[in-house]
Amino acid sequence: MAKITFITTDEAQITVEGDSGSLMELAVQNSVQGIDGDCGGVCSCATCHVYVEPEHVEKTGEASEIEKDMLELDDNANEYSRLCCQIEISDQLDGVILRVAP
Amino acid sequence: MSDSLNNDQTCVVIGASHAGVNFAFALRKAGWLGRIKLYDVDPVLPYHRPPLSKAYLTSSDGIEKNALKPAQSYEKESIELNLGVEVESINRADKNILLADGQTQAYDKLVIASGARPFMPPVKGLDTASHLYPLRTAADVSNIKAAFEQSDKKRVVVIGGGYIGLETAASLKKLGASCVTVLERESRILARVTAPEMSAFFEKLHAKNGVNILTGKNVSEIITEQSVNQVVCDDGQMYEADLIIVGVGIRVNTELAAQAGLEIENGIKVDHCARTNDPDIYAVGDCSFHHNPHYERFIRLESVQNAVDQAKVAAASVCGKEITYDTIPWFWSDQYDVKLQMVGLSQGYNNLVVRQEGDADNKFSVWYFNDDTLLSVDAVNNAKAYVIGTKFIKSGDKLDKQKLADASVEFKPANLLSV
Repeated sequence: MAKITFITTDEAQITVEGDSGSLMELAVQNSVQGIDGDCGGVCSCATCHVYVEPEHVEKTGEASEIEKDMLELDDNANEYSRLCCQIEISDQLDGVILRVAP
Repeated sequence: MSDSLNNDQTCVVIGASHAGVNFAFALRKAGWLGRIKLYDVDPVLPYHRPPLSKAYLTSSDGIEKNALKPAQSYEKESIELNLGVEVESINRADKNILLADGQTQAYDKLVIASGARPFMPPVKGLDTASHLYPLRTAADVSNIKAAFEQSDKKRVVVIGGGYIGLETAASLKKLGASCVTVLERESRILARVTAPEMSAFFEKLHAKNGVNILTGKNVSEIITEQSVNQVVCDDGQMYEADLIIVGVGIRVNTELAAQAGLEIENGIKVDHCARTNDPDIYAVGDCSFHHNPHYERFIRLESVQNAVDQAKVAAASVCGKEITYDTIPWFWSDQYDVKLQMVGLSQGYNNLVVRQEGDADNKFSVWYFNDDTLLSVDAVNNAKAYVIGTKFIKSGDKLDKQKLADASVEFKPANLLSV
C-alpha cells in the first residue's frame, strides 16, 4: 500500500492510497483534474504528465526511452517529468508527491 | 448568465463511449450548469475500446479495470448515465428523443456520438457460423474469450487484415491458439492505411510469431457442421475454424441523424465546431464527417484522439465559446512487442522516406510526402520519429530527405531541416 499525493494546477492536494496498477489509473479513479489517460495507459497520448518532487525522483525511477521521447511532445516537460501511466504502484512509492503538469 | 449556463437546460448525448463521455465531462468543465444525460445501448460502464483487441483480450482483468471514468465520477459531476437504453429517433421539431421503451426525453442541446458498428459482409453461411464474432464491444470480447476457452482445438480464422484483425490475431496467438489464419482480400494487409513497406513488415512480424497471413483471399462461404466451420475462399481453398473473427471495417451509425433530416455525407456532416446543420445538434467522434484545416478537406476518423479532441471543441461551443477543431490526427497499434505510432494522414502521398535506426530491423519509420510536404509518419518502436514527425507536420518546416534517411545523422529536428 502506498500513499500518493497529487497536486493539481489549481493547487488542490489529493492524497490517495493504492496497491496496484499505475499512478495514472489511481489518479483517474480518484478524479484528479488534469490526468486524462486518454490512451488507457500505453504511453501513446502523453495526457498523464506529472512532475515528481525532486526528492522523490529516486523512488519513482527514471523515464524509459519511449517515455522520454513522448515527453518531448510537451513544451512544459522538464527533468522531473514523467508520464504516470508508466509508473507502477508499489510500497516503495509511499509518500511520493506529484504535481500535475499544465 | 448566458443560455448555455442556465441550470434549467438539458444536454442529451446519444452514445457513451470515448466521444460521448469525454464530451459530458468537458461540458461540465466548460461551465454547463444544466442537466447532462448520456444514453447508450451498451449496458457496461463506458470503457476504453483500444485495449479490447490488445491487453484486455489477453488478460483476466474485468472490464471495470478499463473504465473510462469510475462510476462515482459521473455522480460527482452530475452526469446521468442511462446504459442499456436504445434511442429510437430524434424529433427536431419538438426537440426531444424517443427511447425504445416509448419514453421521450426533451433536449435543449443534443450531441450525437453514436459511433459505428462492425460491418458484417454478405457471405453465405455467415449467420449460421459457429462462434463467429466481430470485435468492438466488451460483450464481443467476452464471447470471444468464452468460445476460445471452451474450444479444444483452438483454430482461429480472422477475416480481414486491418488493425483490429491483426491485433486480435496477435492476442489470440499469445493466448495459445493452435493455428491463427488471417484472410485478407487485398494483395497486402493494411492496404487502405499504410505503405507497402509497412504491410511487408507486419506480414513478416506475424509470420515470425506463427500467424499465417494470406492475402488475395476473398471469403465466399462459411460451411458449419457440428460447431466446426470451414471458411471457403473463392479460389477454392478452405480453412477450418473453431472461432472466426470478422474485422472488415465498420458502418457509421448515421441512421438516427439521417432520419431526423440532418446532413449526411461520409458520416454526419458538421462545421468547424462539430455542429450539424441544426444549430442545437452536434456530432462528435467516429460518426462525424468534419473539416480538417491542416489537410484542407472533409474527413471521418476512427480514433480515440478524434473522439476526445472533437468532444472538447463541441463542449466549448455548446457553452458559447466557439473554437475551430484543428488537430493533426494520431493513432497507435500494439502487436506482439511492436509499438506502432502514426501521426498525420498519408492519403495523397507521392513519395516516401524510410529511416532505419541502426541494425535493429524492428525500429524504423516511414515518412509520407506529397512532393516536399510531409503528410504523415508511421513509427515502429520509435517514439522519437513519431514526436519529430508531429513537430514537422505542425510547423510545416521542410525536411532534408537525405539527412532524414541517413541514420548516422543524429535524430533531432534541427539536424533535419532543409536549408
